[in-house]
Amino acid sequence: MSMNPEGQESPASRSQMTVSEEVAIQMNNVHKWYGQFHVLKDINLTVNKGERIVICGPSGSGKSTLIRCINRLEEHQKGQIIVDNIELTGDLKHIELVRREVGMLFQHFNLFPHLTVMENCTLAPIWVRKMPKAEAEEAAMTYLERVKIPEQAEKYPGQLSGGQQQRVAIARSLCMNPKVMLFDEPTSALDPEMIAEVLDVMVNLAESGMTMLCVTHEMGFARKVANRVIFMDGGEIIEQNEPEEFFHNPQSERTKLFLSQILHH
Amino acid sequence: MSERSQSYETGQHPDLPAPVTSTGVIGWLRLNLFATVPNAILTILAALFLLWFIPPILDWAIFSADWAGQTREDCSREGACWVFIKVWFRQLMYGRYPVEEIWRINLAYVIALAAGILLFVPGLRGKPWIGLFLLVGFPIIAFFLFVGGSFGLPEVETPLWGGLFLTLVISAVGIVASLPMGILLALGRRSNMPIVRALCVTFIEFWRGVPLITVLFMASVMFPLFLPEGMNFDKLIRALLGVMFFSSAYMAEVVRGGLQALPKGQYEAAQALGLNYWKMMGLVILPQALKLVIPGIVNTFIGLFKDTTLVLIIGLFDFLGMVQLAGTNPDWLGFAIEGYVFTAFGFWIFCFSMSRYSQHLEKKLHTGH
Repeated sequence: MSMNPEGQESPASRSQMTVSEEVAIQMNNVHKWYGQFHVLKDINLTVNKGERIVICGPSGSGKSTLIRCINRLEEHQKGQIIVDNIELTGDLKHIELVRREVGMLFQHFNLFPHLTVMENCTLAPIWVRKMPKAEAEEAAMTYLERVKIPEQAEKYPGQLSGGQQQRVAIARSLCMNPKVMLFDEPTSALDPEMIAEVLDVMVNLAESGMTMLCVTHEMGFARKVANRVIFMDGGEIIEQNEPEEFFHNPQSERTKLFLSQILHH
Repeated sequence: MSERSQSYETGQHPDLPAPVTSTGVIGWLRLNLFATVPNAILTILAALFLLWFIPPILDWAIFSADWAGQTREDCSREGACWVFIKVWFRQLMYGRYPVEEIWRINLAYVIALAAGILLFVPGLRGKPWIGLFLLVGFPIIAFFLFVGGSFGLPEVETPLWGGLFLTLVISAVGIVASLPMGILLALGRRSNMPIVRALCVTFIEFWRGVPLITVLFMASVMFPLFLPEGMNFDKLIRALLGVMFFSSAYMAEVVRGGLQALPKGQYEAAQALGLNYWKMMGLVILPQALKLVIPGIVNTFIGLFKDTTLVLIIGLFDFLGMVQLAGTNPDWLGFAIEGYVFTAFGFWIFCFSMSRYSQHLEKKLHTGH
């Protein structure tokens, strides 16, 4: 059922937003099992630089697992994943190289509670990129300004609201200057009134040309920034299309069912 | 009160002071001591018990006690005979360490104490260096001071070491060595590498499974049998190794508890940022895990500190051992109680300090999560 095999022109190139022809992420015939459970079935996906992709689907459909394979938080057992021209294998060096180029946002933020906001942001630049502390702090400050919380820099994560924590997490990822950003349901653990502030930052990020893969149920966000929406179910990519087509003219029955469930209440 | 509070307009209600009966001394007494009838009865009973119990103890330990003198004849035996402690004080503190060399021990105490106090000065820069000195530099200095035989200091053999000094040496070595060893063992036990894991599990389960007395006894009696003829370790070193292995096995399990309590998201976030295993552990996981288990770590330290008294069975005379030795001296038979009370007090001071320090650390490291 999966579409968009190699070589075929990506639907994203039809989008009005700028998308490069260079490939950022390439997944070829990727399979993954948890024990006997087949979570990812023959995933083929090409993501070009600057593309913004929203992945949706019912829970347990493998969408989180898919993006977690891209920075090897999950290991795939079959197939090929190439990120930024580096193939992900058991080789730790490759994995670390990919991880420093790929930022990730988590549902529960996963800030380091024993470090201040500033220390959270400068930890990886200092220890992974070997950046001098002053330079790292300066960079962190510009990113904290970009997510609109420079005044919280000396606080600890436990003193911030959920929305502020998630914005710090975005700043922390950006401090590594990543080429790709992965979002694993970044707004699902937030109180309703805080979702907007995080989505605003994400829209801002999308407009700056960041390559983004976002697992989310925020369909408004998908409509606004995505080049492509991917629908997954049962470990397969069922359908992918640009947002207008995807929402107004879904092809498969499962997509129609899913959309009716999330949009009509 | 309720009628008056209703007279404010909606949205205009000011903060009013709490009723007198719920704050201040009276409020505290009512809330904590006389809240209910059974509570009041228990309070009165406890007060009576203390009145019955405390004065005789104070009388024995202080008011009727004998403080002056040099021999047992100076003791009236109506209260405690602190003369006994006074006469034996040097042995209780330093064992049979030569009198003219005792300054070496005291110098080490002063250095350690000074460095320790500097660690408490708020806002002082370079604290990590002081900590590093205490953990690495100080043990080396202390070793040369205590053992001697170089830098013009006469050698003092370890069988002469004793008293509180020996207790402190054994427990300090055990404490300082057990934390890093315990951390490595805990990480090894959670490692993905089967051989490392198996080795760590075996080590931990072996040392945790045998009583410390057995360990000490094997170190002192059996171990030399396996060594080639003529080769021998110092008995104290063998005991130290035994104590180190024993306590690091306990420490490993405490640290493992902390590692397991951390959410998986912390590991994932660290990995996603590109930190490798050791950086992830050193910068993200261990600082949090160790903070979580400070009570357990200090508990292990306190247990170890008191367990060092077991070295008596292999013929090392630590603080408690010295008291027992003094109590069996023909001139001083019958003064064991004073000796034990004194040692108990000494141990309590050290253990209580450790406990307070751990609470201080917990408060200091709390970051509101």
